Amino acid sequence: MSTETQHAGANVSLARRAWSIRRLALRMAEVQGQGYIGQALGVADVLAVSYFHALNYRPDEPEWEGRDRFYLSIGHYAIALYSAMIEAGILPEDELETYGMDDSRMPMSGMAAYTPGMEITGGSLGHGLGIAVGAALGLKRKKNPAFVYNMMSDGELGEGSTWEAVMSASSHQLDNLICVVDFNDQQADGPTTQALAKGDEAPKWAAFGWHAQEVDGNDLNALVAAFDTARNLREPRPRVIICKTQMCKGVPFLEEREITHFVRVEPSEWARAIAILDDAIPA
Amino acid sequence: MQEAPIGPTSRRKSKYTPRAVPVSEDGARLTTSAMIASLDAEGRDTVAAPFGNALCDLAAKRDDIVGLTADLSKYTDLHVFANAYPDRFYQMGMAEQVMISAAAGLAREGFTPFATTYAVFASRRAYDFIIMAIAEENLPVKIVCALPGLTTGYGPSHQATEDLAIFRGMPNLTIVDPCDATEITQATHAIADHPGPVYMRLLRGKVPDVLGEYGYNFQLGKAQMIHGGSDVLFISTGFMTMRALDAAKALRAEGTDCAVLHVPTLKPLDTETIRAEAAKTGRLVVTLENHTITGGLGEAVAADLMRAGIHPAFDSIALPDEFLDAGALPTLHDQYGLSVESIVDRVSSRL
Repeated sequence: MSTETQHAGANVSLARRAWSIRRLALRMAEVQGQGYIGQALGVADVLAVSYFHALNYRPDEPEWEGRDRFYLSIGHYAIALYSAMIEAGILPEDELETYGMDDSRMPMSGMAAYTPGMEITGGSLGHGLGIAVGAALGLKRKKNPAFVYNMMSDGELGEGSTWEAVMSASSHQLDNLICVVDFNDQQADGPTTQALAKGDEAPKWAAFGWHAQEVDGNDLNALVAAFDTARNLREPRPRVIICKTQMCKGVPFLEEREITHFVRVEPSEWARAIAILDDAIPA
Repeated sequence: MQEAPIGPTSRRKSKYTPRAVPVSEDGARLTTSAMIASLDAEGRDTVAAPFGNALCDLAAKRDDIVGLTADLSKYTDLHVFANAYPDRFYQMGMAEQVMISAAAGLAREGFTPFATTYAVFASRRAYDFIIMAIAEENLPVKIVCALPGLTTGYGPSHQATEDLAIFRGMPNLTIVDPCDATEITQATHAIADHPGPVYMRLLRGKVPDVLGEYGYNFQLGKAQMIHGGSDVLFISTGFMTMRALDAAKALRAEGTDCAVLHVPTLKPLDTETIRAEAAKTGRLVVTLENHTITGGLGEAVAADLMRAGIHPAFDSIALPDEFLDAGALPTLHDQYGLSVESIVDRVSSRL
């Protein structure tokens, strides 16, 4: 399997891609006056590296057989993935303002039947990695060299089914499976590190036979290196990249707010947040 | 108000009192048995591992067929397939949630997975994964489960007495409860051809063969008359059709003429055929199922007939809404009303 993807030589910087994803997510959330904006801002860098460095896909052919599969186990992160897919040209930008509305192709929680490019129905949590195990087995059976990526949250580390899938991927030596964990230390009732995942996660995955990396999930260079390592590794092991991210990253007044699973944003603050982004457009 | 202290309480039942060794009428000891052979009647033909063999026949024709199990290949007859097609068999370990999820992933990639475990584990432990990873996306995963209803004497941990009730509420899911070896063989092919998800109850090992002599051919979604009769209409599913046929013979000797309508597909229910037969006047309608009285065939038929304005004299033979005892299967079938004798007694008392 090669590190070369379609993005080699692309002339738009990853910083600019991440900036666009954040800005699109803010615009979507503004429509409803709410949304999982803290997560979207936090994971934007990981998605920028995923969609504009690591993944192979065809924007106008979301079901192209040769594509890398990207599973969003965390359904409520759909706002972030829609933004990445709009930036990637998979979804049209003019549907952005339908987010969460009746008949929208962009429902609040991601579902496969609604959205081109949304591979699975997430949201029940603890499902994506197990489905990815089956897809990785299937790709191997078809001798298809594509990767399966599963993006999950740190909260899902509490689900027993996650660990069934962790063991299964290792047992089946799934070197075509890359799990991306967004570790923002926030689940519905408080910090994840005060619940079941105490923070030192990489050694657990390694103990289960995975190649495990932990990176600053808001450091684009570190993410590029981690994704390259995961793709190019020549060991018969599944790979995990645990991305430590900052909720609300890129909008300082929201970063400083008491961070919760569902960040409260006042109606006047959306324009303020977008203005902050617009004051610092990356090259 | 004085608070009551929280202390140890005993929920033990009388089963903890010493018992004599039980013996059957011919003096032999009764033993607890999960063997399917105990469903069998004296001298009846059996077929070995009809599901496993049918799946092999299917796999010879279709490359998309794969098998998965959660450490129960030998107890679901999937080992026959595993031996014949080792590279298309996935041992998922004792992990039902990832087995079901992985089956969904394989289906996404174009395969037709047959996933096997016991009915208790699929319905109770893997439910969320079946409904969200498979049914919500209408993926063609076939979940085939041994020990449905009361087909083991191991007690509630292994007796899936409520699996049909659990699964009937799941949209997109087709539910099949086959009667015998002939039907398991035919149904295995039919559910593979069906484009959506299926839950099929399984009889394994040496499975009685009954329907062949009636020239029966399974059709997914269809209820079929096995034979007619003017006094009673049995509407039965699963191996209870075998019992209904035997009860009909016994009742005929007493001058009661019983029809048998076999309903192997619980969902979608063939209401057209059921209504047409139930609407014929003068017959006592009796549903029979290897399942709790709650949420299975009896309630489904009763509700549909009510909606259709058809009101025959009606009774349901099913398991009680209880955690069932452990013990020998023939004893338990007598105790809970699934044996031929108890069916005959029940029907006679209603005529």
